[in-house]
Amino acid sequence: MSHVSHERLTADLLRPLEQTSWRFYLLVAFLGSIVAMGLGTWMYQMYMGFGMTGINMPVYWAFYITNFVFWIGISHAGTLISAILRLVNAGWRRPVTRCAEVITAFALMIGAMFPIIHLGRPWLFFWLMPYPSQRLIWPNFRSPLVWDFFAISTYLTGSLLFLFLPMIPDFALIRDRATGIRRRIYGVLALGWRGTTKQWHRLETAMQIMAIAIIPVAVSVHTIVSFDFSMAPVPMWHSTMFGPYFVAGAIFSGIAGLIIAMASLRKFLHLEAYLHPVHFENLGKLLLMMSMLWAYFIFAERLTTWFGNDTGEMNVFYVTQRGSFSPLYWTMVVCNLVIPFTILALRWLRTIAGCVVASFSVCIGMWLERFLIVVPSLSHKYLTYSWGHYRPQPVEIMITIATFAAMTLLYTLFSKFVPIISIWELKAGDHPSAALYPAPMHEHKLGETHA
Amino acid sequence: MSVYGLYDNGDAAQLAVDALRASGVTEDAITVISAEPMEDYEFGNINRRSRLWYIASAGGAAGCAGAAWLTRFTEVAWPLPTGNMPIVAWWPNLIVVFEMTMLGAILSTVAALVVTGGLARRRPALYDPAVSSGKILVGVEAPRDRAAVERALISAGSPVVSR
Repeated sequence: MSHVSHERLTADLLRPLEQTSWRFYLLVAFLGSIVAMGLGTWMYQMYMGFGMTGINMPVYWAFYITNFVFWIGISHAGTLISAILRLVNAGWRRPVTRCAEVITAFALMIGAMFPIIHLGRPWLFFWLMPYPSQRLIWPNFRSPLVWDFFAISTYLTGSLLFLFLPMIPDFALIRDRATGIRRRIYGVLALGWRGTTKQWHRLETAMQIMAIAIIPVAVSVHTIVSFDFSMAPVPMWHSTMFGPYFVAGAIFSGIAGLIIAMASLRKFLHLEAYLHPVHFENLGKLLLMMSMLWAYFIFAERLTTWFGNDTGEMNVFYVTQRGSFSPLYWTMVVCNLVIPFTILALRWLRTIAGCVVASFSVCIGMWLERFLIVVPSLSHKYLTYSWGHYRPQPVEIMITIATFAAMTLLYTLFSKFVPIISIWELKAGDHPSAALYPAPMHEHKLGETHA
Repeated sequence: MSVYGLYDNGDAAQLAVDALRASGVTEDAITVISAEPMEDYEFGNINRRSRLWYIASAGGAAGCAGAAWLTRFTEVAWPLPTGNMPIVAWWPNLIVVFEMTMLGAILSTVAALVVTGGLARRRPALYDPAVSSGKILVGVEAPRDRAAVERALISAGSPVVSR
């Protein structure tokens, strides 16, 4: 790529920061109003009490915990995928990593909100923090809910830093082109970055270390979320396979979320020159593999339960397979396996549109899967006298809708203030001559020949 | 006073670095600034050695030790029997220890990057905003033999800037 095309690349990727159309304001106003309604509903719930929700004996976990698990799962799109692609030095990762890492940061923030919303008295959330109360009692470190606090705060801190570090050179680039208050703000964010050889080496080494550290953290986070369930003697929860099952499901929904985000960015920010069909095809293949892995886990879980024939577990088994939850269960199977498998296994359907359709289907299916893990087990515990029903109430539905709007709003605002594709990483992928390409790079460059 | 030249591409910057070396400037004194990593060139590997891996490991070890102390101390400080587990229950404690180990490694890596990479420092350093437009800056801060440095930079094809 010549110097001129570097200029074009910079101009293309900084355009959303420098130009604002009326559509942006309209979208922000629309999403902002939904988020405001969600916040208002939450305040109403706090004022009126937790009885406004459908949560009642015996179903004490429902929509909010479903959303918690779902959003933490979506967060696995970014940092985990980005870290793996960085470590294997996949050339096609360059336009993808930041889009992905942003999803992690925002999805984690939204996911972490739900246990607080679920508290009913959210101002007491600090009881989870490791501090001694006035009677010098510490939180119980043997509780899975305290493990959540440690796991999510570590993953959020790591993910925010993993997102921020490669943004520093881009902030410096914007600082040098901006004037006035923008120059000062981006100057502060750039941390005095100059781009010396020493700084580049330190940054790349730091990113390598972060990538190595963040992968086990990401795996641990969803494993620990699964421990919230599997540590409890509840039918179909108390299972040793819940850890890997949750992690696989998280990566599955995360990839789906990433494909939707990338397709939206490509369409609305006109990034066709940078997000090529091959990026979607590669992610589509990953999604297909995860769909089959998800089916494997579901089969293993169902077969083991059915073969064990424990009365308590079989009650939950039947209520999901052919009882009142069966419409949701079979919709989940169609959304998570039938639709994505059909679309993504056929090469001629594995287009951008095909990947997006499959991804929407997976997101719906994975939300249903989380719901079907939480509610049927709680409503059909071991003793039949304690069975009950759950029906979501308007406050829960409104808050759920608002979180999807919040995610879109945060993503939109982020792409307005920060280049959504790492400019320096794209340039760094452009070697000065073909003779200097390491041999494996030819394969990774495949995306450009497909463009 | 700093002296530097701005070059259009890596080849010219490499010539400038070679000329500076030939004129007697030590490698540590040469500053090369670019808008992207230039590892395909020899000069891109100046100052490559770092202790970041050791610092990250030390941070992880500190996080591990801190979490092991915290979990054990709190359990002993207020002994609370839970689910027939021992008072100091290492299986669940390992989760907290693991997370704090990784957090220690991550935070120490970032702190080390900021400190050893010379980020967030207040004193002015050699820089030119033209770097953001694709130029590569090669220069020397406070050179001993300014004339020799200027000759070397000009020989690589750039007018010299002094600041």
